[in-house]
Amino acid sequence: MLSAKNVRLSDPLKQPRPWAGAFFTCTLLLLMIGVFAASLQAQNKNPLAGDPRAAKLGEFEFRANCAFCHGLGARGGGRGPDLTRAKKRHGSTDPDLFRTINEGVPGTAMPPNGATQQGVGMTEEEIWQVISYIRSVEKKGEAAAIGNVAHGKELFNGPAGCSTCHMIQGKGGRIGPDLSTTGSTRSTGYIVESLRSPSRRLAQGISEAMKEFSQEYETVTVVTADGTKFMGVVLNEDHFTLQMIDTREQLHVFEKDRLRSFEKSRESLMPAYDQKMLSDKDLQDVIAYLLSVGAQ
Amino acid sequence: MKTGMQLAMALLSLGGLASNARAQVTPQRLLDSGKEPQNWLMYSGDYAGHRFSALDQINASNAAMLVPKWAYQTMAGGKFETTPLVVDGILYATGQDDRAFALDARSGRPIWQYQRALAADIRPCCGRVNRGMAILGDKVFLGTLDAHIIALDAKTGSVVWDATAVDYRNGYSITLAPLVIKNLVLIGVSGGEYGIRGFIDAYDAATGARKWRFYTIPGPGEAGHETWEGDSWKIGGAPAWITGTYDPATNTTFWTTGNPSPSNRGEGRAGDNLYSNSLLALDPDTGKLKWYFQFSKHDEHDYDATQVPVMIDQGDQHLIVQANRNGFFYLIDRTNGKIVFASPFAKVTWSDSKDASGAPVARKDASPTPEGNRVCPGAAGATNWMSPTYDPQTRLFYVTAREQCDVFSTAPQPYEAGHAFYGSAYFPNDDAEPFTGALRAIDPHTGKLKWEWKHLSPTWSGVLSTAGGLVFTGDAEGNFMALEAASGKALWHFQCGASVYSSPMSFAIDGKQYVAVAAGSALFAFSLP
Repeated sequence: MLSAKNVRLSDPLKQPRPWAGAFFTCTLLLLMIGVFAASLQAQNKNPLAGDPRAAKLGEFEFRANCAFCHGLGARGGGRGPDLTRAKKRHGSTDPDLFRTINEGVPGTAMPPNGATQQGVGMTEEEIWQVISYIRSVEKKGEAAAIGNVAHGKELFNGPAGCSTCHMIQGKGGRIGPDLSTTGSTRSTGYIVESLRSPSRRLAQGISEAMKEFSQEYETVTVVTADGTKFMGVVLNEDHFTLQMIDTREQLHVFEKDRLRSFEKSRESLMPAYDQKMLSDKDLQDVIAYLLSVGAQ
Repeated sequence: MKTGMQLAMALLSLGGLASNARAQVTPQRLLDSGKEPQNWLMYSGDYAGHRFSALDQINASNAAMLVPKWAYQTMAGGKFETTPLVVDGILYATGQDDRAFALDARSGRPIWQYQRALAADIRPCCGRVNRGMAILGDKVFLGTLDAHIIALDAKTGSVVWDATAVDYRNGYSITLAPLVIKNLVLIGVSGGEYGIRGFIDAYDAATGARKWRFYTIPGPGEAGHETWEGDSWKIGGAPAWITGTYDPATNTTFWTTGNPSPSNRGEGRAGDNLYSNSLLALDPDTGKLKWYFQFSKHDEHDYDATQVPVMIDQGDQHLIVQANRNGFFYLIDRTNGKIVFASPFAKVTWSDSKDASGAPVARKDASPTPEGNRVCPGAAGATNWMSPTYDPQTRLFYVTAREQCDVFSTAPQPYEAGHAFYGSAYFPNDDAEPFTGALRAIDPHTGKLKWEWKHLSPTWSGVLSTAGGLVFTGDAEGNFMALEAASGKALWHFQCGASVYSSPMSFAIDGKQYVAVAAGSALFAFSLP
């Protein structure tokens, strides 16, 4: 069931809209929310679907509220998934999208409507406009993976060595990001870049509730007071402390001023997979495998 | 009989307490706030906007021993931006969703709690935040997200009066702490994201009757109106969403204003767009403009000037200091609004020249484009609303800085009342390096950097300086820390568990000094053990 918790009620200064008219005269908040929820519940479909003006207005809302993470044109950004893909990780139907936008996705960087630092909260109508816009930029028919899924899986778990550091559906390593959902949230271009030039944009790790920027998969090398050296990935960090996982998958927590040395690098621990390490054909196969997993 | 006498004596001593410890906050006490450093009587601590505490019990020699004494949980989500007031042992503060509360400042135990019943369709831009209260007599005052100003009984939290500033449904809200001058309560509005027409108001503290309004966008026939194209003045923004300062010597109050709307599209509002992104000198009795200084003319990058205008004096020079969101540090003569100098305190690309007066001028090619144009500072600015501090002992100005460039894009957008009105989007540029922040200590008379404390990522914490030779600030990683004011050396830190989005303050009770800061859902108070 859809919740009206975060959405702003429609603008009483404007002409009533038939689908929202019920609550203009309500004065009791609880009653309003009840009626509102009921009206949304009946809304299995975007009431503005196919309206090009709604899509245009939705683009303004998208630019103000969503583009910060999802990029201009909804093609994805550093932390927001590519929304031009027809299949959405958290549901692809109109009510799914409404719910995702209005309530956010717990456990991810996707906040509830109106709770971001960027942009302003949207009304119900404006959310539907954004959905109209997203529909207008969706690629018709998912670009079917042209690679060989089975061979991609073989490469992932074998010769390409991906599973040494990355996990898919509970199998693999812990040094790099879990890739189980990557195929459904990242554009193919992003995945290609991540393989060919992993240091170009480091993958993002933990997002804290009130913190603007997520921790990234930076490389770290420390030498403790007793001379022990650890190399690995930063899981989190503040000015005074470090939380890391080393290449042997051991967690370590340090106070920086007690370390003999502490060095961070934005050169990813992941090797850059050039043509020699992974041909274009093999690259396509690995991507096909990631897409097939993401679609599950 | 004995019991009766005891009761009478108890009542007598209570009466004594009431007249001494609980004396009313008068306009004179606000003017003389420096004489009672145990109290924090207004948003910035004093009328000059220094956010400096003359308390020195906590100092560089013992700061390492600081411990948390209490925490008060609002249990609300979202940014907790308040700066509390403390008057004679009682702490008054606001919280998310227009909460307000009074606490025993010694223990953090609540005395009363208030929360406004907000409509579902309010239009807060950037969180359901409130930055604090003002106090006079037996009332505390706050602005609300539905654009009212209300007075609460300081002893009970009951609403004494409730004045509507403007119809919130057109995009207005109030998030700042009011400023009391004499018997007037001054506020400004937020809403630069909605195409409002900004203003600053003064209300009678006793009754809530509005005494004057200064529109930050001049109407037809007024000077400056010609700086707006066509009817763009009606929806031109220029909100005033940070608390001003006051110079009693000249009876002038200084307020700052935000961006013209739509924020990232100049088409349709040709001209300088007065008084957006400006410093305003107003007569507090009448609201009449004495002079103005505009930092960013015809702004297209959301470079709000809404940073507390800090007053400093040197010899016979009476000045205003502002580290502006546009990346320049300005020194301005507060007797006439003339610029003394401007120099960058963060990376700047929007300007590469100055006019004859020394004011930075925008480059023609810095405007947002349909495809996006990378400009520094980014839309969040080189600093923002978080308070700076001026320490009269080190004679340094400390400000939170942000190093981030953004890609500014623009798109035509029709105005619709009460709907977001940006005409644009901005998003972090694709730089490989992460964005950072810093606390910068600047010599205000030269603009030169004395030292900086690097933040791993940009913070929204303000800064407090104290006579103990310390500056206090917080970071996005949740640390609240004490640094040596002269050098920037870290002396102490505490992990609050959430990013700090507030400006700290200090007070004393029973001769014991505390430092307080809001983070997450909690207000923390620290002291020596």
